[in-house]
Amino acid sequence: MNAEPKSRPVSAFSPENVRDDFEILSRPIYGKPYAYLDNAASAQKPRQVLGAMREFASTEYANVHRGVHYLSGRATDRYEEARETVRQFLSAGSVDEIVFTKGGTEAINLVAASFAAPLIAPGDEIVLSVMEHHSNIVPWHFLRERQGAVLRWVDVGDDGSLDVEALDAAIGPKTKLVAISHMSNVLGTVTPLKEIVARAHAKGVPVLADGCQGAVHTRVDVRDLDIDFYAITGHKLYGPTGIGALYAKRAHLKAMRPYQGGGEMIGEVTRDRITYADPPARFEAGTPPIIESIGLAAALKYFSSLDHDAVHAHEADLYAYAREQVRAFNWLRVIGDAPGKGAILSFEADGMHAHDLATILDREGVAVRAGHHCAQVLMERFGAVSTTRASFALYNTRTDVEMLVAALAKARKILG
Amino acid sequence: MDDGLRELYQEVILDHSRHPRHYGPLDGATHMGEGHNPLCGDRVKIYLVEGPDNRIAEIKFEGKGCAISQASASLMTDLIQGRTVAEAERLMGGFLELVKGGDPANLDEEDRERLDVMAGVSAFPMRVKCATLAWHTMKSALEGGKTAKAS
Repeated sequence: MNAEPKSRPVSAFSPENVRDDFEILSRPIYGKPYAYLDNAASAQKPRQVLGAMREFASTEYANVHRGVHYLSGRATDRYEEARETVRQFLSAGSVDEIVFTKGGTEAINLVAASFAAPLIAPGDEIVLSVMEHHSNIVPWHFLRERQGAVLRWVDVGDDGSLDVEALDAAIGPKTKLVAISHMSNVLGTVTPLKEIVARAHAKGVPVLADGCQGAVHTRVDVRDLDIDFYAITGHKLYGPTGIGALYAKRAHLKAMRPYQGGGEMIGEVTRDRITYADPPARFEAGTPPIIESIGLAAALKYFSSLDHDAVHAHEADLYAYAREQVRAFNWLRVIGDAPGKGAILSFEADGMHAHDLATILDREGVAVRAGHHCAQVLMERFGAVSTTRASFALYNTRTDVEMLVAALAKARKILG
Repeated sequence: MDDGLRELYQEVILDHSRHPRHYGPLDGATHMGEGHNPLCGDRVKIYLVEGPDNRIAEIKFEGKGCAISQASASLMTDLIQGRTVAEAERLMGGFLELVKGGDPANLDEEDRERLDVMAGVSAFPMRVKCATLAWHTMKSALEGGKTAKAS
């Protein structure tokens, strides 16, 4: 049982219990305990995920969708079961709406190349917010550079909240797509996706959400959201690297041209003619990340076995605790204070560059991220070159927060 | 405090980063170089005047960055002002060796001593690029003002 005093949400979920599943968290670094607070970059993996991948590779592994032999059949079944697990996690209507990708970045690039690019004539617009990760900016820059698309940027308020009215106003007759983060990887802002989708649809414009953070920290129901595209990545969801998924409405997928060419995605290939497989296979050229798909499914099952509301309440509690603690540091400026935000604390510190701060924090036993967080447009918006970011996951504890606060005070002593 | 940290953020380094020498633009510069570390977004500009005797008559820098990158730039300008281009390049070679944990043989004792304050960086491999940015930028300025990337 945990002995923490107050304001702990009442529930069966306890971070102390899940911590045993994450072996890396108990490994000393520099000879002492280490607080891992770089979860928005990548989360650690529980033994259930590592075990599932090992077990599968040791007993059932072969290539999928090809062989007629026993192992290929087993591997194919397991791969398709993993797709079903993703469908359930996102509450999609059909497994045919789930495309495996190598991550969130590839999922968005797929939409840009196969859905958006054919729609874009010079002057057509993509609406996006200033808080997007580069993975939800650069694919649209490609369309700007190559096809004359215009990027319409929606600002955020000083507290990091998204102005839905401003977003609505940015959607015009030339808008082909709204591309928006479900949760900012820097500010922690959670966007009102359902309302955004409703507003965009009212003007006949589809919406893509970058759900790389949102899927970790909110409950996602793509049918309830009525969203057109939703991109997730495995490694932030306590799963392996090298796998992610794109949810896309079936009608879109059916109309979309292939993304990459290769094996698995064809109907028939002759010297002068080709037909393509139906979605989702059409978008999965080549041998997919098979072992990783098993790991992703294990991660989603692990995550789903926990009480989501309790996990989210726990993360919110950690954030609130950290936010409250750093209020005492008048030399520290928090960036992102939107109501209902997720558990990400980004800040600048007077006279201390983020990299110096992160180096000291590391030696004091706290892993944070320092830099532009692949969000240079946002950095510019807040007049920052770089920020320091502590991001929380289900296995973090109040002790981790206290280590962060103590290390910050130490850094101030050294550099201030 | 961690010994590595104490070595890295020693007083000389902090002093250079808080009160950088040779900071600002330089009118009449014959060479200019711009360096950028895309990992952290830090930028540095090096201006210098090369005299007819191949000496770096004057050198200044501008930029924003971490304590290590700023101190390194300040220290570098202090050290190479008045030196010949060949000497500046020799110092750079020694510096690069030093921050990667080597023991440069081609530095005289006084130069070695002055550069030694940066040797603590070698215990922080993730930060070596911070220390080398100004030097690479100085070299690119000498080579004709191309933009340097941290490497």
